[in-house]
Amino acid sequence: MAPSKPTRITNRIRALRFGHDEMTQAQLAERVGVTRQTIIAIEQGRYSPSLEVAFQIAHVFGVPLDEVFQYPGVSTGSEEGQRR
Amino acid sequence: MSYEEKGVWAYLISSAGAYIAYLAIVVPRLLHTPVSQVSYRVPLLLTTIASVIIATVVRSVLEVARPSDSKKADVRDRDIARFGEHASRWCVVGGAIAGFIGAFDHWDYFWIGNVIYLGFVLWAVVGSVLRLVAYRRGL
Repeated sequence: MAPSKPTRITNRIRALRFGHDEMTQAQLAERVGVTRQTIIAIEQGRYSPSLEVAFQIAHVFGVPLDEVFQYPGVSTGSEEGQRR
Repeated sequence: MSYEEKGVWAYLISSAGAYIAYLAIVVPRLLHTPVSQVSYRVPLLLTTIASVIIATVVRSVLEVARPSDSKKADVRDRDIARFGEHASRWCVVGGAIAGFIGAFDHWDYFWIGNVIYLGFVLWAVVGSVLRLVAYRRGL
């Protein structure tokens, strides 16, 4: 059975991890200060992180928040900036 | 499975198991003895204490079988715990209200004690199940 997704927020954590020397979920979890299971749940869209955790994840990858998390139907600030 | 999720499994197994053991002891007595003479206090206290010990043992066994990366609860664990407590609190409220009604209506102490105990057991079981669903399906 496919896991349900209680949140509409999508994310690029998996892609960003692979783009950062194939960072493991455990390594990201350690740097953010959460359990590996929480990173898995966030990646799979089963848990919406708190704003603080979301910023911490973005900080680890050195990118703005909206390059990590997206909300469908809402254009991101980065996309707006690229259009200009 | 995180350390906290293992703890929830242990709590669920111990709570449900202890109550089943309690019923297995008390119900046969209830069938052959007038309610006012049924001895239920010692089994109630013993199964409650046993449930705490069983929870500790089950959690330790699960931890030995599948060691956790970390034993610290994080923000998701706390969110899920809060959700479970919040959603299942009505079981305790229901047990307390039933206890009040029993006292007002002069029920036997046996029924008052047991309906309150049932409220606590349902609170533990329902809260644990909701937390496990949240761990598995998302919050």
